[in-house]
Amino acid sequence: MAANGDSQTVSEYIVHHLTNLTYGKLPGGYERYDGSVVAEGGQWAMAHGADEITAMGFNAIHVDSMFWSVGLGVLFCWLFRRVAVNATAGIPSGLVNFVEMVVEFVDGTVKDTFHGRNPLIAPLALTIFVWVFLMNLMDLIPVDLIPHTLMLAGVEYQKIVPSTDPNITMGMAVGVFVLMLFYSIKVKGFGFVKELTLNPFNHPLFIPVNLFMEVVGLLAKPFSLGLRLFGNMYAGEMIFILIAALFSVGVFWLLPAALLQIGWAIFHILVITLQAFIFMVLTIVYLSMAHEDH
Amino acid sequence: MNINLTLIGQLIAFVAFVAFCMRYVWPPIAGAMAERQNKIADGLAAADRAGHDLEVAKQQADEQLAEAKREAAGIIEAANKRAQALVEEAKEAATAEAQRVKAAAAAEIEQERARAQEQLMTQVSALALAGAEKILAAEIDADKHADLLQSLAAES
Repeated sequence: MAANGDSQTVSEYIVHHLTNLTYGKLPGGYERYDGSVVAEGGQWAMAHGADEITAMGFNAIHVDSMFWSVGLGVLFCWLFRRVAVNATAGIPSGLVNFVEMVVEFVDGTVKDTFHGRNPLIAPLALTIFVWVFLMNLMDLIPVDLIPHTLMLAGVEYQKIVPSTDPNITMGMAVGVFVLMLFYSIKVKGFGFVKELTLNPFNHPLFIPVNLFMEVVGLLAKPFSLGLRLFGNMYAGEMIFILIAALFSVGVFWLLPAALLQIGWAIFHILVITLQAFIFMVLTIVYLSMAHEDH
Repeated sequence: MNINLTLIGQLIAFVAFVAFCMRYVWPPIAGAMAERQNKIADGLAAADRAGHDLEVAKQQADEQLAEAKREAAGIIEAANKRAQALVEEAKEAATAEAQRVKAAAAAEIEQERARAQEQLMTQVSALALAGAEKILAAEIDADKHADLLQSLAAES
């Protein structure tokens, strides 16, 4: 922050750190930051500032979130695929040991929670756990390191922690939700409808009440899943940014800020692992509920 | 909080990564781990069996050793007995031989003595006869004693 500190207030600094690098379609007639007006029919462009992002609405994509998210997903696939290719019944070593430890941990969790037979659940849980963990791990990289480096290279905004983007967390939560609906219908068939309409009051008169309550309960699951991860990571990132802002307040704040930074980072190691684990466990639990016929 | 196309993008990426993991990552790793588990279980069982076998073999060896010792002791005892018997036999044979030699010697001595006695008697009788002849020659009148001499001659 120090490099561009003088011309920037703390709140500008924070807002800048919380803005995604966005590519989207500006509506026709919109006046851009430099005074130019977007032609009729709209125009796809890199957003400059929060106002433009708002103007883009749904027709926009967070380039940074997608890049880091897909990049980390590819890293996960590459790493685990390499181990999978070399996996033998012989003596494991190094990376193989580590990967097998993770796989065994996930497998144990799935076996404890999910009692049906579904070859999808364990790989799904593994992907979620490792991927979310990697995305959360980006939080431990000093907040200014990559954004500032990229800024010097001409990239205006950069949010490197994908799980602080609700689109990312909700995207996965929606994926899990679709799976929940799919397996509910596949396993229970008409029983799923009964579950929605005749619970908790088993009487035809109460069907509207039941339906309302059950649908709200059902919809709450993906929201709680996605927003819990987003909220935790967003708050964690925010505190990192605030601590980073503290460095610029004055020389006396350097040491306390450094200590806070270290303390929060150590605490955050726990948080990111825990959040990844919670996301995985909730996914397993929800899918387990979808498989259980009452 | 701007919900936008990123959500769809992430959803697609999510499906792709889960599919990849399900197809190319999970089965080989889980398979290898299960296989190794079996291998270790087999190995432990084999080790247990080998330990048991060793115990049995040790016991057998001990038994064989004890038997061999017993046999050796028996053989030594038999040999001692045999040696004693041989000594005893030899003693008896020697005694018998000594007796036989002694008896033979005694018999020879007796024989010699008998022969000497006989010889002596022959000589004594010849001497007596000669003496008697001489005496008789002095005293005997051939005519006078002719009858006597004749009867003697007849007798002898």
